[in-house]
Amino acid sequence: MRCTKALALALVAPLLALAACSGSSGADESTLTVSAAASLTESFTELATQFEADHPGTTVRLNFGGSSSLAEQVVSGAPVDVFASASRTTMDTVVEAGAAADDAPTFTTNSMTIAVPSANRANLTSIADLAKPGVRVAECAPEVPCGAAARKTLQNAGVTVTPVTLDPDVKTVLGRVAAGEVDAGLVYVTDIRTANVAAIPIPADVAATNEYAITVVKASPQQDLARQFVDFVAGPTGQQVLATYGFGTP
Amino acid sequence: MTGKRRTESTPWYLVVPGVVAIAFLGLPLLGLLLIAPWGDLLPELTSEEALQALRLSLITSLSATGLALVVGVPLAVLMSRTRWFAGPWVRALVTLPLVLPPVVGGVALLAAFGRNGIAGGPLYELAGVQLPFTTLAVVIAEAFVAMPFLVITVDGALRSADRRLEQAAATLGASRWTVFRRVTLPLIAPSIAAGAVLAWARALGEFGATLTFAGSFPGVTRTLPLAIYAALDVQRSQAIALSLVLVIVSAVILVSLRGQFLAGMRR
Repeated sequence: MRCTKALALALVAPLLALAACSGSSGADESTLTVSAAASLTESFTELATQFEADHPGTTVRLNFGGSSSLAEQVVSGAPVDVFASASRTTMDTVVEAGAAADDAPTFTTNSMTIAVPSANRANLTSIADLAKPGVRVAECAPEVPCGAAARKTLQNAGVTVTPVTLDPDVKTVLGRVAAGEVDAGLVYVTDIRTANVAAIPIPADVAATNEYAITVVKASPQQDLARQFVDFVAGPTGQQVLATYGFGTP
Repeated sequence: MTGKRRTESTPWYLVVPGVVAIAFLGLPLLGLLLIAPWGDLLPELTSEEALQALRLSLITSLSATGLALVVGVPLAVLMSRTRWFAGPWVRALVTLPLVLPPVVGGVALLAAFGRNGIAGGPLYELAGVQLPFTTLAVVIAEAFVAMPFLVITVDGALRSADRRLEQAAATLGASRWTVFRRVTLPLIAPSIAAGAVLAWARALGEFGATLTFAGSFPGVTRTLPLAIYAALDVQRSQAIALSLVLVIVSAVILVSLRGQFLAGMRR
């Protein structure tokens, strides 16, 4: 009998803890919730730490994910103060829905590059090489921002490529390159730094560029603090940190 | 064990958590039914991408089931009839893909059959054959996750089968092959069928291992679950229509099996 009770307690305790956790969050006034595109993970983590140091008593909660699903959350009223998107089109859906407190300026840019396994056994040297027979290329699906950018880049270069896979996100493409299962993958410039792969640069006039936009969420109860964070990211410190991760100036 | 006796010996207070459990399992399915685009179902399911995915899923899942039958049934026979194959290691190995996250299965398949894999590497170097990103890779991924269902179901049936029938046949002068073909196989035929159908259902729903090992390209490797995932953000109603197909097919399979496969899982 005692055993049964202990078991029941062991099963119920985590549930209670979970309930307690989700109940207490969001109540603190000096907590700023920032939803940002997955590609901003490293840079925004660093920026949040600096912002907290500059604003004692403030905690920045970061929520990373695919831009389109984050945008959907913001529009449907999730308790978010600041939203940063990896694409202008995605941000437009938030602005059009009336969920943005401003006109959501572009704060940084990211462009396409070719990732190859460090050994580069297919001997690729330019974007034109991707069209060679037998070269296996991974791309994002055209529905996601990185896939749209990849398609546009290839179009700009006048190269016709039949990829072997159209992946759901850029990290999957990167993983396939790092594992050496494909000869090349179309990814963002900023992805190269975080993975064990080499890059073949694409000329600036060919590589599609994504505009990253940031906004204060209209429904946020702390407009001032949220505005300060946005200004911080768009300001000199923010731009400097973003540059170290490979992002471009707007 | 009549229904009446069972009711009398069951504490009444189990009803509440039991109903909670049913609601927990049933609500998501109910939600899916409610948001389904019933009016547009036919056009969504007959679109080019949908038909392509349906066709590919049908071909690959049936091939995977065939592959599982060809090597899985002999394995089940060995597991139930010989000491070595019945050991804990073989049993764990066979059960592992059941409990492993499919993505891990995909990574493992790459490590084995990928371009740099232990088997795939030499295959690529010597013969120029590359398995990942081909339809065959989809079949392999599906067979990897689905075969355990068949093996465990058949193994369970063999263990509970009456050995005396085989012994009698042998005493009457039948050769081992004849005993197997004329006595053992007919005995376990219903379990082979149940296991095969179950494996087919699992193969049909395979996602993680397929995406990791085979990739996702329309008409080549993008099966139903991958097409659902690809359509989810931009063509939600198509994704839900395709999801309904999978739910209905799986439900029909499970109801028609009437829990038969549990005989093997219970061991």
